[in-house]
Amino acid sequence: MTRNTIGAIIGIALLAGAASAQTLINGAGATFPYPMYSKWFDSYHKKFPTIQFNYNSIGSGGGIQQVTAGTVDFGASDGPMNDTQIKDFKDKRGAEILHFPTVLGADVPVYNIPGVSSQLNFTPEALAGIFLGQIKKWNDPAITGPNPGVKLPANDIVVVHRSEGSGTTYCWTDYLSKISKEWETKVGRGTSVQWPVGLGGKGNEGVSGQIKQQPNSMGYVELIYAVQSKMTYGKVKNAAGNFVNATLESVTEAAGSVKDMPDDFRVSITNAPGKGAYPVATFTWLLIPTKIADPVKKKAITDFLHWMLTEGQTMTAALDYAPLPKPVIAKETKAIAKIN
Amino acid sequence: MQAFVKRVRNGDEIAYAITFLCAFAVIAITALLVFELYRNSEPSRVKFGWSFLWTKTWDPVAGEFGALPFIYGTVVTSAFAMILGIPLGVGAAIFLAELAPPRISSGLTFLIELLAAVPSVIIGVLGVFILLPFLRIVQPYIQGALGWTPLFAGPFYGVSLFSAGVVLTIMILPFIISISREVLLSVPNDQREGALALGATRWESTWDVVVPFARKGIVGSIFLALARSLGETMAVTMVVGNDPKISASLFAPGYSIAAVIANEFTEATGDLYQGALIELGLVLFALTIVINGAARILVASTTKRGTS
Repeated sequence: MTRNTIGAIIGIALLAGAASAQTLINGAGATFPYPMYSKWFDSYHKKFPTIQFNYNSIGSGGGIQQVTAGTVDFGASDGPMNDTQIKDFKDKRGAEILHFPTVLGADVPVYNIPGVSSQLNFTPEALAGIFLGQIKKWNDPAITGPNPGVKLPANDIVVVHRSEGSGTTYCWTDYLSKISKEWETKVGRGTSVQWPVGLGGKGNEGVSGQIKQQPNSMGYVELIYAVQSKMTYGKVKNAAGNFVNATLESVTEAAGSVKDMPDDFRVSITNAPGKGAYPVATFTWLLIPTKIADPVKKKAITDFLHWMLTEGQTMTAALDYAPLPKPVIAKETKAIAKIN
Repeated sequence: MQAFVKRVRNGDEIAYAITFLCAFAVIAITALLVFELYRNSEPSRVKFGWSFLWTKTWDPVAGEFGALPFIYGTVVTSAFAMILGIPLGVGAAIFLAELAPPRISSGLTFLIELLAAVPSVIIGVLGVFILLPFLRIVQPYIQGALGWTPLFAGPFYGVSLFSAGVVLTIMILPFIISISREVLLSVPNDQREGALALGATRWESTWDVVVPFARKGIVGSIFLALARSLGETMAVTMVVGNDPKISASLFAPGYSIAAVIANEFTEATGDLYQGALIELGLVLFALTIVINGAARILVASTTKRGTS
């Protein structure tokens, strides 16, 4: 009995010793890629039990702040850090910050028009006009023009947007800023903006819930959300002049068709030039400092990045995320060497 | 000295010290809170000054911030909830404490206290999926009857200041009812018996004797309800429409201070943007103090001499 007890105590002590040899890597940031990241971190932990990632999806802004303050090992963001933030990071941490694209996301226009169940075509002019409040009715020629054969009512359009700051909103307003000078000067791009018209719904579910209840409304949600909740969404005319349906392929093509991918990967891929590229798409990034003091952590993070760019990319489609295009993966693999 | 030792031995001094520490901790936490809010809102206070309070713009991209639409939304939704909630809540408490048979009273009280325990996000979800569709049906009748006033004019999209007010009413009712009921029950029976002996009817004894006796406690429950409604975040943001505009109509969408902080804080980058949100927190704090103070003065000035 006593011997058993002692054995048990020694066993527990050994286990505790093994647990303390585990490397814990902390990260915080974007909510949009959270399901993908938690799947990745979980699979990686199963493969390498000594490495444990802990990710807090507190929002992109929080991710940038925490990585700058040095309270986490890496950050994650749906929008690239701007020059001021990068300088701030350099001043505080004495190192550079690297952006690593991980997966792609896209925004799709969703709508609820009684009597219309077909997939509508939206031109950039129509989207900008609707969100600026200049196109007020569904039977406006800018909407009916590209949708012959669809009978659109003479009812007022009720615009619904996200109420909270989000990467989804950044992507949408970034797109509108690129295709409409007026939007760029009047409203601009950001995770929250001063909307000229519309109601705010909290989260994708808030926007879609509001659209389902409100006849003649329209808004935007993440592609993944629209796919998983089986919503009808519109096609958007891209820079090459084609109406493109948002799919994993057309979103990946948007990232692949960006000319001159910058070395720091801080690039907006909205309104990409590819023939079949879906125009309202975005990267989401991991933010990793160039200097990681702890050699064990450094190795764990660089190993994970290699794994994420190879095996990790094969897991994206199951969760409806678009994988990175091959040239981007090749370029990122080279960039990992910058961490030292 | 000996007396002191004796008091310590009896526990008086120890009890005094411990309870004093408890009270002091609450004050210290509040003071720290205000200090931190004040300190962290510096970028916004420096840039906008007092004009922050009456500016209507909220433009994170351009870095222009003003609190007025949020103050307006907070005050309007809370006022609406109080106007609807006080008579309902106090009426229900009087019924439960004085008039209802004890068995019904305790059963109903249990249910009402359950309502107080429902998390606000659940109330918000119920608001979106049950209350909003219901209000869409009812709204044309309200507008038909009262649409001539600007308060009930204009288009209705479900989410609105009106809906937020109704949700807040539901949330504050259990506070008013359960506290007021307790206070009414604690009124000594002598009071009732005295009134009845003087020939008062049951209702006269309740309304003219018992309720005035319990007045302070009832007012206290209303203050608690007011504080809750001013600070309520989750349920409000789900039904208020989140549109920082000032409209006379209750059927128009609006925004509240707590809702905008919850919505935008996580993604707020830059010192000014964060500072503005933190300053909104400070404004909400001040607003609560001002409204509470005003209500207390109102109560004090209308209380008849001789009643408690």
